[in-house]
This record gives sequence, C-alpha cells and structure tokens, in this order.
Amino acid sequence: MSETITEEYSVTGGDFSRAGYASSQIKKILKRMDVDKAIIKRTVVAAYEGEVNIVAHAWSGKIEFQMDEEQIRIILDDEGPGIEDIEKAMQEGYSTATSAIREMGFGAGMGLPNMKKNADHMHIESEPGKGTKVEIRMERMVRE
Amino acid sequence: MTAAEMVNKLDLQVFSGEKGLDREISGGYMSDLLSDVMGNADEGQVWITLQTHKNVMAIASLKELAAVILVNGHKPDDDTAAQSNEEDIPLLGTSMSAFDITGKLYELIYK
Repeated sequence: MSETITEEYSVTGGDFSRAGYASSQIKKILKRMDVDKAIIKRTVVAAYEGEVNIVAHAWSGKIEFQMDEEQIRIILDDEGPGIEDIEKAMQEGYSTATSAIREMGFGAGMGLPNMKKNADHMHIESEPGKGTKVEIRMERMVRE
Repeated sequence: MTAAEMVNKLDLQVFSGEKGLDREISGGYMSDLLSDVMGNADEGQVWITLQTHKNVMAIASLKELAAVILVNGHKPDDDTAAQSNEEDIPLLGTSMSAFDITGKLYELIYK
C-alpha cells in the first residue's frame, strides 16, 4: 500500500495563542499512522520549533506536511524578515527575538539548533526582507 | 507515583486538569526556557516552571508531560488553565521556589 498524506496549515505571525497548533495536528497524524514513537518525538520537536519561529519572527507562513512510507517532510515557508546570516542563526544561543518574546521563555537561541538535532535532514533558504523556507525530513526506517 | 499522590505529598494546589491526576510520573524537568523543555524534557515528567502562559500547555501536551507545577505562588493565565482541562494534564501550584520544590520532588521520586 503506498499512501501519501499531505496537509497544509497556515500560521499567523505574532499569534502565540495558536503556536503549536499545526505541530499537534501533525503529531495526531503520525500517531494515527502508527509511526515509530522515537521518530514521532523527534518530528514533533522539530515541527514545533519551526512553527514557533514563524510565530515569533515572520508575518505569516504556511507549514506543509507530506508523508509516505519512507519519509516525513515538513516545509515551513514564511513571509518575513528573513535571516541575514544563516550560519550565525544556527549557533546555539544566538537569537534576534524581542525582549517580550524572551520573557515568555522563547528566544533562547535554541530553536534552529533543536530542529537540526532532531531532524534527519534540514535545509534552510532565506532572502532577507522576504522570508525563510526551512525543510526538514525524517526517514521512517527505525534508527538503531 | 501518580500526579494525585504527588499533589498530596507536596501539598500542591490543583488549578486545572484534574482528570489527568491519575497520570504516572517518571521524573521531572525544571526550566523556564521553552525550547529547553521542548528539546530535553521527556514523556511522563513533571515540568517545574514560573512561566504561566498558554504555550506551556502546548509544550506539555506535545511532550506528553505528566503535570506542570508553577512555582513561587504564580497562577496560570485563564487560557492556560482552559487548555490544561482540554488536555487532561494537571496544572499545579506551590508557594515554594523552583529550587525547593525540585528538591522535594527529587527526593519523592528517587529515594
């Protein structure tokens, strides 16, 4: 049986009350499809961090979810300020979040590093002033 | 130990999520940085924090934490308590500091 599941969620910049909604929907699908538990855990961490990045930094964005027997792909595509220096943004502790966001406990500079740590593959493209696109992929073969 | 037993032994206030008080506790994690909890806490743990906003429950739910304890007499925001009821994850409180409640919980779990 080869089944491809695709979903798309929209994310509004600045709306922290809904941050995590898309990630929880993705988690529900993964559980329903009986994906390996360790893979679900890693996917959820990466998806949530990506979703919060859109809420915290961008004006709007969408999250595309695609899954087949071999892979899970999540594409987080936003319209926003973009990332000036991707290498810097990948460093643990580096953040451009506002103080209001930091007071909530976000913006510790752990988001992108958490995504990289948990995803099997991650690719970032960004155009300053326009937006950022992050793609994460998970292999569904269980890692020993 | 269940969340209900922990509430009794540590004299915690129950704000919401009562239906989840039968959850088993596997350990704890103490942090106020949400990405730290997202990256490092694990299923079944109790999260000790001073953050009171709704995103706390989003993380507790995504990570399948057993309960959240707010320290220093902090009260949850209304929408935080509402989401704790939806998720059946107990939202608890103490007047103790993060250090003191963590020490007491550690002793309960590991000794």
